[in-house]
Amino acid sequence: MEELIFNLFIFVLASFVGFELISKVPPTLHTPLMSGANAISGITLIGAVVVAGSLDDSYAQWIGLAAIIFATINVVGGFLVTDRMLEMFKKKKEDEQ
Amino acid sequence: MSQFLPESMLPFISTSIQLLYLVAMAFFIFGIKRLSSPATARSGNQLAATGMLIGVIVTLFEREIVTFEFIIIGLIIGGVIGVIAARTVAMTAMPEMVAIFNGFGGGASALVAWGEFTRAGVEVALWPGQDLTTTGLGILIGSLTFTGSFIAFGKLQGFISGRPITFPFQNYFNFTLTGVILVLVGFFVFDPTNMPLFWTIFGLSLFLGILTVLPIGGADMPVVISLLNSYSGIAASMAGFVINNNLLIISGALVGAAGLILTNIMCQAMNRTLGNVLFGAFGGGGEVVAAGEIGDKSVQETFADDVAIQCSYAKKVVIVPGYGLAVAQAQHTLKEVAALLEEKGVTVKYGIHPVAGRMPGHMNVLLAEADVPYDQLFDMDQINPEFSSTDVVLVIGANDVVNPAAKTSPGSPIYGMPILNVDEAKRTIVFKRSLSPGFAGIDNELFYADNNQMFFGDAKKSLQALASAIKELD
Repeated sequence: MEELIFNLFIFVLASFVGFELISKVPPTLHTPLMSGANAISGITLIGAVVVAGSLDDSYAQWIGLAAIIFATINVVGGFLVTDRMLEMFKKKKEDEQ
Repeated sequence: MSQFLPESMLPFISTSIQLLYLVAMAFFIFGIKRLSSPATARSGNQLAATGMLIGVIVTLFEREIVTFEFIIIGLIIGGVIGVIAARTVAMTAMPEMVAIFNGFGGGASALVAWGEFTRAGVEVALWPGQDLTTTGLGILIGSLTFTGSFIAFGKLQGFISGRPITFPFQNYFNFTLTGVILVLVGFFVFDPTNMPLFWTIFGLSLFLGILTVLPIGGADMPVVISLLNSYSGIAASMAGFVINNNLLIISGALVGAAGLILTNIMCQAMNRTLGNVLFGAFGGGGEVVAAGEIGDKSVQETFADDVAIQCSYAKKVVIVPGYGLAVAQAQHTLKEVAALLEEKGVTVKYGIHPVAGRMPGHMNVLLAEADVPYDQLFDMDQINPEFSSTDVVLVIGANDVVNPAAKTSPGSPIYGMPILNVDEAKRTIVFKRSLSPGFAGIDNELFYADNNQMFFGDAKKSLQALASAIKELD
């Protein structure tokens, strides 16, 4: 039970950090913020790696494989597409130089 | 990978893994922090990606991981699909892309919970109740994010009708279904080896995702995508509870918070409550025209030459783009018009309503793609005080977000929605195909105002005509 409570503390505190950080992002960047945050939610990839890499149960490994594919699409696609968008946000001065 | 290291190092590994997770987490937080300015945003995203890379590599050293075939195959397949998708997607299709990525993220979290559960085999009977609870919730949230995101994708793509799909007592049914699943999760905690029960929870959760998004109108998709984004974060957190991993819990919570904030911003911009968006079945897609409203009023029509003269001799021109601009693929032509006006010494600004695109901030990305510098883009709050000193406002492909009925007619469905006060400018020119109403199906008084002119036609052709008319003035 102590573990659960400890994890809940972390969850709630991290949510507060999230609210603080994200409310400072200007509307101009909301789409990249969303796709970037989306890529971060692919962190579940770590869990998928653990499931796919252990030898306890081959059936579980197949589930892990599917989880890795899904999560990797989310992570790789998410970060790359965010980068593509942010690359386009340029200042006018740089254009003129 | 830890089996390749000398025995004496093993005690240090698990500590090192945790410390490096802490580093990855710091990278995520600094990454998001840097996203708060366009100048630092790109490096912020790269920082977050680096954090992710650290997290994944470090995990390979977990003692439980002894085989790598599945991991390598999975990373290659997912990576290739991700790279291709990210490289080829059109910027107008960004909401669809985010919806799909969300779905995969949520699905992956559900699979992790399922995989952990399967891996434990009969030992799940020994699992403490809290682990079983988070497993059940992880499967619930992950699955409903998965199917819900794909329905949202279908609606945005037009595979599924954008109109709300409803049946009698739908909301009661969905509430009941949610309640039933939660009760079943309760039973599951006490009887984790009951596989039919497990499959029922899984199946009903997938079904719930479909049912909750189907009744939501296409125009409300920005809210739904933000909310699903939040769910995918919470699903990742739940997976973190299941495998007892702090990095997952923290990152998931950050994303969950981001999604909630964006959901809230979008709801405020549309003057709707979240409950109304989710359960109100609003937004028909323009079919519900209030007949008879349009006939008895007259509009002034204008043409390219006249618009060119008015704009060229103006001091300040504000452009209000809407999604119609993106549909017509006219962003680049618009940028050309703006550049021509600037050459003539006209100050050009863009006023952007929060729901101008199909997801939060979408219009900004579309204009950035057309090389419009971001310091010319102004949010609603920044640009509204400027309209009274603006000579000409060009409204292109936008409708409800400039409708004065939101301020003046308490009976209007959009009454109270914050709008761009273009009616305060000396002159407004609306680029539009016809007089048809927008998604809310409401007639727009602005069109009939004395200081408004209508420039009918396809946005791209109209802007091309305008560009050549401005050039001819020289």
